Amino acid sequence: MAAVHRRTTRAAWGFLTPFLVLFAATFLLPIGYAIYESLHKNSLSGPLGLGGSHTVFAGLSNYSRALGDAAFLASVRRVLLYAVVQVPVMILLAVALALLLDTVSARAVRFFRATYFMPYGVPGVIASILWGFLYTPGTSPVLALAGHAGLHPDLLGGGSVLWSIANIVTWEFAGYNMLVVTAQLQAIPGDLYEAARTDGASAWQIARRVKLPLLRPAIVLTTVFTIIGTLQLFAEPLILKPVSTGISNDYTPNLSAYNSAFANNDYYLASAKAVLLAVAAFVLSFGFLRLVGRRGGASR
Amino acid sequence: MSAPSLARPRSKDGGPVRQPRSRRRRGDDSTPASRVTVVGLCAVAAVYFLLPVYWLIVASTKSTAQLFGSSGLWLSRPQWFANMRHVFSYDHGIYLRWVVNSLVYAGAGAAVATLLSAMAGYALAKYHFRGREAVFNVVLGGVLIPGTALALPLYLLAAKVSLVNSYWAVLIPSVVSPFGVYLCRIYAEASVPDELIESARIDGAGEARIFRTVALRIMTPALVTVFLFQFVGIWNNYFLPLVMLSNPKLYPITLGLTSWQSFQDRQPELYQLVVGGAFVSVLPLMAAMVVLQRFWRTGLTQGSVKG
Repeated sequence: MAAVHRRTTRAAWGFLTPFLVLFAATFLLPIGYAIYESLHKNSLSGPLGLGGSHTVFAGLSNYSRALGDAAFLASVRRVLLYAVVQVPVMILLAVALALLLDTVSARAVRFFRATYFMPYGVPGVIASILWGFLYTPGTSPVLALAGHAGLHPDLLGGGSVLWSIANIVTWEFAGYNMLVVTAQLQAIPGDLYEAARTDGASAWQIARRVKLPLLRPAIVLTTVFTIIGTLQLFAEPLILKPVSTGISNDYTPNLSAYNSAFANNDYYLASAKAVLLAVAAFVLSFGFLRLVGRRGGASR
Repeated sequence: MSAPSLARPRSKDGGPVRQPRSRRRRGDDSTPASRVTVVGLCAVAAVYFLLPVYWLIVASTKSTAQLFGSSGLWLSRPQWFANMRHVFSYDHGIYLRWVVNSLVYAGAGAAVATLLSAMAGYALAKYHFRGREAVFNVVLGGVLIPGTALALPLYLLAAKVSLVNSYWAVLIPSVVSPFGVYLCRIYAEASVPDELIESARIDGAGEARIFRTVALRIMTPALVTVFLFQFVGIWNNYFLPLVMLSNPKLYPITLGLTSWQSFQDRQPELYQLVVGGAFVSVLPLMAAMVVLQRFWRTGLTQGSVKG
């Protein structure tokens, strides 16, 4: 028996090793390296710093530089504001679409569901290029129509471009999130609806009292992934930057880290910003899971 | 994540069953008026999701002059074939090279990622050994790490071993999918019966052979989902190739198109090329989404319900 156990244990590690080696190389090592870099800095030696540079321990000075940088802090505040609006809108839209499609006849469902899901196959940068044309006066048929009605909204100005970006991200992922919710919806046994209907519940009441509570896990899952995605905001503002006056070099924390690294060659500061971003994503998504976990436990 | 107290339908062999979709259990008692409202709302949403695609199709037929000089909603002096020829011939046909690169990164990356995830997920589901839960929790933590936070240190590490600006710089990080391991573990747990593995062992089959001939076959639906997820993830990725690659010959489509886009102010013909290139790259994947969307649902049911 012990021999069999030894054999299977060896097999299990055999199956795991290729993945774990690469996981270590592409997840654990970079995280460790980013933390290491964030705690160091370049130091010049010799007269006028001409004696060459070497890396020295810097303590938390890169973190205090990042957190003392007004533009970086502004980008954090901007992304948090964006998340507070974007996450609920995205999830509400996804749930609403899934519930709506749940009451439509089968043939129409297939068309609508495919239509909503389609943008998920469009890369974020290409979606941004497309919407960029639709936001620009001169190429946008939507703005042309609005112009006929006497409206001339500026979709790319400093005050509005954040919400124009939110629209792009919603367009890309609402259908995908809807599909996650739909998957859960289809796992609900049909007799539950029968029972509710026998008790005289209307379609609206069934959606609210039966379906919605049972959709909880899917909603939690999509919310967590939306939070993580939101903090990473990068490609959309980068692509819209040439056509918008409202987007700066450190518009989002990710853009800020990218520019620290590649425009200013300050990899130490960039690493500190990347670590802060990862920590924030972890804290917020874990915090959210704890929050719903506790509430879910109390209600059961 | 809190597990719901959901009774999931199971077939006799313990695998999940898909419920018949066409059963009209839902809107039976609704009034015609409310049915019209629901379809109306769905149609409005469809217009929203289709608008940029419609604009792209129309715009791909236009010259740069017409792009700015005519209504975006209607055709105006269509020259679709000339535009496409231009997209594929510009700069010695570099666009085709980007297409091939994207296919290599996404295709090879997703295939290897799927195999690695299947092996790891199967091991975590079907073997009992010390440290199993610890390994699983670390991998699960990987799901919550933003990919863009990793790209920067990955670049610094790749620079140390002279891997930047090569196919490997994009391919190696692409073959690791913690989410794939998670999905495969859950699926294998629910659908690969222990008795089947035991009886194969009694018949004298080795562990690798059992995995190849028994487990992989049963896990196929989950593997398709993992492959599709990873394929789309790599195809759509921008940050990683952006930091890793500087040679345009190695670019995927996303990076190539944005390099054209960044020059379009100085070279107006690039407007038309960006639109044409976006059209060519977007339509096949969109069609694939439509055809393959049920595979996403199968996998997602596993992921979210048990999550």
